[in-house]
This record gives sequence, structure tokens and C-alpha cells, in this order.
Amino acid sequence: FRIMAGKVKWVTDIEKSVLINNFEKRGWIQVAENEDWNFYWMSVQTIRNVFSVETGYRLSDDQIVNHFPNHYELTRKDLMVKNIKRYRKELEKEGSPLAEKDENGKYIYLDFVPVTFMLPADYNLFVEEFRKNPSSTWIMKPCGKAQGKGIFLINKLSQIKKWSRDSKTSSFVSQSSKEAYVISLYINNPLLIGGKKFDLRLYVLVSTYRPLRCYMYKLGFCRFCTVKYTPSTSELDNMFVHLTNVAIQKHGDDYNHIHGGKWTVSNLRLYLESTRGKEVTNKLFDEIHWIIVQSLKAVAPVMNNDKHCFECYGYDIIIDDKLKPWLIEVNASPSLTSSTANDRILKYNLINDTLNIAVPNGEIPDCKWNKSPPKEVLGNYEVLYDEEMAQSDGPDRDMRSRSGQSSGIKGSRARDSGKPVLTTWK
Amino acid sequence: AMVDAESGLSLTIARVVQRLRGSSLHSQLERQARVSLHKPEIKLESLKEDIKDFLKTSGWEKKLQNAVYSELNVFPSPCHPAAPPEHMKEPLAYMRKAQGSWEKRILKSLNSMCTELSIPLAQKRSVSEQKELLNKWNEMGTDEPDLSLFRPVYAPKDFLEVLMNLRNPNYENGEQPSFRNHLGLIQVPLKVKDIPELKEDFSELGLNIGQLGIDDSAQVPPEFFENEHVRVGQKVLAEQDSAAAQQYVRQGCPTALRADLWALILNISNQPEDILYYEQLKSNVIQHNLLVDSLIYKDVKLTASNDDYYFVFEDYLYQVLLCFSRDTSVLEHFAYSSATPPKSYIRGKLGMEEYAVFYPPNGVIPFHGFSMYVAPLCFLYHEPSKLYQMFREMYVRFFFRLHSISSHPSGIVSLCLLFETLLQTHLPQLFYHLREIGAQPLRISFKWMVRAFSGYLATDQLLLLWDRILGYNSLEILAVLAAAVFAFRAVNLMEVTSLAAAEAVLADLSTLKVMPLLQIFLFATVT
Repeated sequence: FRIMAGKVKWVTDIEKSVLINNFEKRGWIQVAENEDWNFYWMSVQTIRNVFSVETGYRLSDDQIVNHFPNHYELTRKDLMVKNIKRYRKELEKEGSPLAEKDENGKYIYLDFVPVTFMLPADYNLFVEEFRKNPSSTWIMKPCGKAQGKGIFLINKLSQIKKWSRDSKTSSFVSQSSKEAYVISLYINNPLLIGGKKFDLRLYVLVSTYRPLRCYMYKLGFCRFCTVKYTPSTSELDNMFVHLTNVAIQKHGDDYNHIHGGKWTVSNLRLYLESTRGKEVTNKLFDEIHWIIVQSLKAVAPVMNNDKHCFECYGYDIIIDDKLKPWLIEVNASPSLTSSTANDRILKYNLINDTLNIAVPNGEIPDCKWNKSPPKEVLGNYEVLYDEEMAQSDGPDRDMRSRSGQSSGIKGSRARDSGKPVLTTWK
Repeated sequence: AMVDAESGLSLTIARVVQRLRGSSLHSQLERQARVSLHKPEIKLESLKEDIKDFLKTSGWEKKLQNAVYSELNVFPSPCHPAAPPEHMKEPLAYMRKAQGSWEKRILKSLNSMCTELSIPLAQKRSVSEQKELLNKWNEMGTDEPDLSLFRPVYAPKDFLEVLMNLRNPNYENGEQPSFRNHLGLIQVPLKVKDIPELKEDFSELGLNIGQLGIDDSAQVPPEFFENEHVRVGQKVLAEQDSAAAQQYVRQGCPTALRADLWALILNISNQPEDILYYEQLKSNVIQHNLLVDSLIYKDVKLTASNDDYYFVFEDYLYQVLLCFSRDTSVLEHFAYSSATPPKSYIRGKLGMEEYAVFYPPNGVIPFHGFSMYVAPLCFLYHEPSKLYQMFREMYVRFFFRLHSISSHPSGIVSLCLLFETLLQTHLPQLFYHLREIGAQPLRISFKWMVRAFSGYLATDQLLLLWDRILGYNSLEILAVLAAAVFAFRAVNLMEVTSLAAAEAVLADLSTLKVMPLLQIFLFATVT
């Protein structure tokens, strides 16, 4: 039957209503994993199996999946940092102005990840850095876990003795990814609003890495800590103060089920423009876009740019009190659980807009298509960076950055070789 | 006639001079004048003229102008030299009486809560309690006092019932209600404006005039209006001219300039003595516990803490409202408000005037939703003492009129009548339909107006609305917006068959764009 033959067949191993409702509303047909399917929304475990050498899985032209095979180059904390460091060094080697450093040796444009070391591999390097500033606080994160699990803060070397390679008392921690940690300088001067600490969750869709084409979802949100932020050391153990992950905040006493401690990015913009002014606010948002694009460019060379793949990432960003944004981590499987009614609507629309871009017209896909959707289907996404367009257009293209409007940028960036002016994307 | 105008003017001048005499501005002007004597351009022969010129060029004359302008805006002109002071509060006797009864009811409710819970109206805190509160000052939101026994003293709907029963005893209207009469809930004959008059008053909102909230949208190139408007705004701020600022904001404030423009209009400059005053209030809070504090906590927990936009600022709200309750300078506004601050007596001295105190010290008993007057300001001011002063000034200029019974054109009674009249005149079919199904429109819109729409509109829209409240120095825009909202949702409202269904149609205003609604209702509706 032609009608049935034309319908997209979908599979998922993530039982979330925001996904399933979206598939059903398109009239797609649910099938099992071992049947012929066109669209598979996978968990990260499944993608590992699909693309592993052993299974020899071959995807056909009419099959699409929602992860890149080696997304962990971006989404594992240690690999992300490694790739960014490598990218910076490469730019420095080729003399790119992007890699310019200031008088203290810090990158002017590419210093957006807090100083990070792998443990136990870089233990000695870490100690050296730690001793330069012994009153600093560091955050320990297990490489392979999410939702704030296993994270803790330290401000004394003794607290991480067991990661020391030289330690005689502890056994040498194996290099397996399960036990590896990253340790990052803790940002102890976060921007506070209403006296509360928050981080930003932004959604970024990548349809191809080479050429790089990515979209930013306009409706990101701020996640506030329910407990008052205080940098005092006695509060180091109180994870409610320091971590903004909803999974952790949800169990605090003050968690509110109406707003879930979340603010829209447009609220953030209104507040910052009203209290700090328009220029610095525009600069902040431009920098946020900049660091997202740079992080993607950093991993683009090592990404398996499989044409069957797209991916929607959850970017976690913290803004410090000098209005500098810091990239904390990138999530391959941003949570699709809804903590409030508003949340459910947001995530439903997110998936809807994502599917509209990744699976054009809701029809059976052909992964050989040019992955250039028309403007009308973007929904709440905006083009963040389109490498193809950037290379074809000249520098005199008109690019107005509208004030007070959405957080995305119109058009695409022209700059790949010149020095970026960080106030706008010109 | 000439004599009356002159004596009216000289009365006003006398009053302004009296209010400014001895103020810090006065002493600063004197100091500036003395300092200027050292300057070479000040010559003995033309001393007076030279000092005047100096005050002009140094910007001090402008500060004086702003202060005078502020006084004129806040205090109504005296009606007649022989008029008694209560006429400045409220000229109509029956309104005064109704306000008095309402106040008695509120105080009774407060006192009985007090007795029931055996909690004193005011109590000094122990030293350890004081220390604890001081430590917690910036995070009172994390406190979880047991508030289950407290209830708000009243909610807007209680107040509406009182307003519905207002009658002018000198006005006998024996006719049956018909389409010639007023069919709404408010049955007092106050004069309210019609659309032609409103169009004149709000002429800057006209279709041919640029507006923020309309002409700054993504589709409109900024060269058409926005860029120039921002430029003018910056100039107004540089000139530090209150009157010019008030005129300017009628077309809306650019986000980045709003905080400064509002402060200029309300003449708030956050001087060191203002900061000191706020610190003094804070220490009053630390030392004494008031019963109204629990009412404030409860209100914040019930309203702002659950609001998508304002929950972030919960702690600031306590810091402002607790201090506000102790601020006796707020008592000054009772000179021109129809309300009178409640009196309480030291224990055992009931009725003895020497032992009477105003309770709470600022004379304002908060009601359910009161904290929402403060919340939107948190988007503009993050320094507690400035936030405090801005709120206090907004309250004594505008918000107090929304919960007291008076005949003032910006008073809630007039606003309700204006709303109902606009609706009945311009959307008669809708009005009758809603009335038929037991859904009197005012029952739904009352809470919007009492709260000046705070908590109902998206914050950016609310701020655009409050721009115009400041710009026109009037709350009438609230009634116009309420009517415009009904007009906008008229089609859906015509189909409902119950009050609950009507409420549902109007439950969510968070997607509304305020300026287009106002503009269409005033200037583009066929009347």
C-alpha cells in the first residue's frame, strides 16, 4: 500500500512522552528495533552498539539516527577539554589571530573552559596549578556520569589523595573511563541574580560537522539553585548550593513544582539589559554563541561525520560576575523528563522543531540530501553557524544584530580567518 | 476669578516651599551657593544674579526644578483656602465614610487574628533572635516559619464586594436597570472619561506615533523609530530633567534606560542619607517583630515565590516589605489619601490617645498580592536601598489608590467604573452576554487592576505598561487595558456559558502584547 509505504517507521529506546507524541502526531509508525526502521531515537548506549566495530551495523540511505558515532569527543568532559586544547594549539601553530594570547599567556578569544586536568593522568600538573593559588576551589567530576552524579568540591590536596599516582597507600586507579575524573577550577564568582546562582542550558542542533551546520534553540533556560549561594568553605558539602542540575535541585527542600527554579533566557536578557545595559548584554550573548561554535569547530575534525546522523546537544554554561561565559559541559542526551508544565511544553516543541529540521517534511528520509532546510521549518531554532554559507558569502554581507530580540543571530558568520569583533558577529 | 487663581497659585507655592524647606536639597543648595562665592565669576555687585546663573550651569537649578515638579505631581492642588484637610484626602463625605468602615473591618480582622493566635501586634526580639535574623538577612526566603495559621487580612475579591455596595445617599436612582443605566457592579455616579477624551489624554499612543512595544519589533528596521528614540532618551537622561523624562516615557522606555528614567521621574537619587535611612529601617526590623511580618512572608510565599518571573527575587521582597512596614515617612501620604492609618493602643491603655501608635508603623496593612507591587521593580534595581526607595515612591504616588475607596480619577472605584462603562458602551453585546451568564466582567478584571497587572502580564509587557503609568501620572490606563483585553478575546467570550468558562478564557494573559491592544482599542476601534 503506497500510503503505508510512505510513512516513516520509528523506534526508540527512550520512553518519553515528548518524543512519542511528536512521532505520533506526524503519523509515523512505531516498529521494533529488529524491523526495517527509518528513524531511531537512541540512547547513548545504543549508539555505541550500533556503531561498534563488532556489530558491523550498516545503515541504509533511508535511515537516520539522533547521535553521531563518536559524540563523546564533545560530550565526555575529558575529551572535550582535550579537543579544545588541541584545537587551540593548532590555531596557534598556524599563526591564526584567533589564538592570540594576552600578556599573562591566556588566550584572548579561546579561553572559555575553566582550567581542567585529567586525573590521575595529569595529577602532577594539577598540583603545580593548585599550588599557584592554594585558596582556590576545584570541582571533581567523573568523566562518564551525568545528572550531577559523583561530583564533589575540594579545596585541599588531601581530599584527592587517592588520585595521586605516587600514593603508596591507594591502589593505582585504572585508566578505564569509568574511574577517570576531570578536575576543573571552580568558578567561585558566578553571576548572581536575586542572590542566587544559576547556570544556562542551551540546546544546539548539529546536522553536519563537515561542513559545520548548527542551530541554536532560542528558548534556552536558566536553572537556579534553590539555596542561597555562598562561597564560604563550610558550604562546600552542600550540593544544593553549588550544583544547578535539576536532578539534584529537585530533592532540595525549596524545589518548586510550578516554575522548577527555571527562568527563560529572555528573562535573563531583560534583567541584564535593564541592570547592566545593552552593549554588555549583547556582548555576553555574542560570546556565548562564539564559544558554542568554537567548541564544535574544535571537535569537527575528529568527528565521524556520518551522514545518517544529527544530534541535539544540551550545553551547560555558567556566567561569572564579570559577565564572561564559561563552557562547563556538553550533553549528548539532554534530559527529556519534564519537571513542570512549562518544561513539558518546551521539550515537546524542542523535539518538534528538531524533527522538522532533521527529517524534512516528516517523510522517509534520504540521508544524501543536502541538509539545508528552508528557513520556514526552523521553528524556534536559529542558524548559529553555517560553514558553507560563511565561505561562499563575502565580508560585506548585511548582518544586523537585532537588539532585545531572540538570543540567536541572523544569518551566519563570515569570519574564519579574521579577528572576531566580539560585540556582534561582524 | 483672577483673585482665586492667584490665591490658588500662591497657596501651592507656599506649600511646595514649606515642604522643601529644611530638606537635604535645601541645605545642599545653600552649601553650593556658599561655595560659589569663591568662584571668580561671582561678583559682589551682581551677587544674586551670578549665584543664580551658577546654580543653573552647575545643574543645581535643574535638581530644584525636579523636586518642585515632583511635589506638584504628588500633591493635588488645594481646592479652596477654606477647605478642611479631609477634602484633600477625599472630597465626598460618603466615600470617606465607606473607607472608614472598610478600615474598621480590616483592623477588626487583624485584631481577631492576633487574639486567636495569641500573638502580639509587635514584640521586641531577643538578642539571639536578632543575631540570627541579621545573619539570614539576605536569604530570608530559606526560612520556613510555620505560616499555616496566618491568613491574608483580605483578598481583592473581599474588597470588590465592598465597592459593589457603595452608594451615594444623595443620589436616588429609582429606575429599573435598563440599557440607559449602568449595568455593571459599580453603582456610584462618578465622572469617567469616554473614548474621545481618552484619545486626547493618551494622544502619544496614537497610530501615527512611534511606540516601544510596537515599533521596535523584529520586523521593523530600527532606523524607523527605535534608534532615534534611544538617542532622545539618552539626551533626556543627560539633561536630568524630570518633566522631560515623564513626557518621553509615554512612548515607552528602552530597556537599558528604564531604570534611570523611572528614577528621574520619581526624583529618586539614592543619596547617602537615603541609604542610611534604609539601614535604619533594617535595624528596626532586626529589633522588633511585627505581626504583619508574618502576613508579608505568607503573601510572598503564596504569590511571588510561585511566579515564573519573580521567584528569583523572593529574598529582595522580604528586604523591601519588612522595611516598608516600619517606615513612618510613608504616613505623609495619608494627607492626600482617603485612607487613615489604623491606630493601636499600648496594652491596657485602650482609647488613651497618649498611648496610641500607628500600626503598622507605616499605616499600611498588606493584603493578598501586595508583594506583587514590588516584584517587577526587581528586574530594574538590584541595590536594596534603591529598590526600596523606588517602590516606596511608586506606592505613595500610585499603588495606594488601588486599595482605598475614593473618588479620585485614578482611584480603584473610578477605574472599575471606567472599565465597565467602556465595555458597556463599546462592546454592549459582549457585556450583556457576560452579564446574562452571571459573569460580570469586573469580577474577572478587578484583580488585574488592583495589582496593576503585575503577575498577569509577561514582565517586559508589564514594564511597558508601567512606563505609561509614570508618563501620564495616572492609573486610568489600567482600566483601558482591561477593556482592551476583553475586546481582544471577545469572540471566545461570546461562546462561553458560565463564569468559570469566562475566567478560563481570560486566565492566561502572559502572551498578550500590551501596546497594540491599547492602540487598537483607543484608536482603531469603530465606535
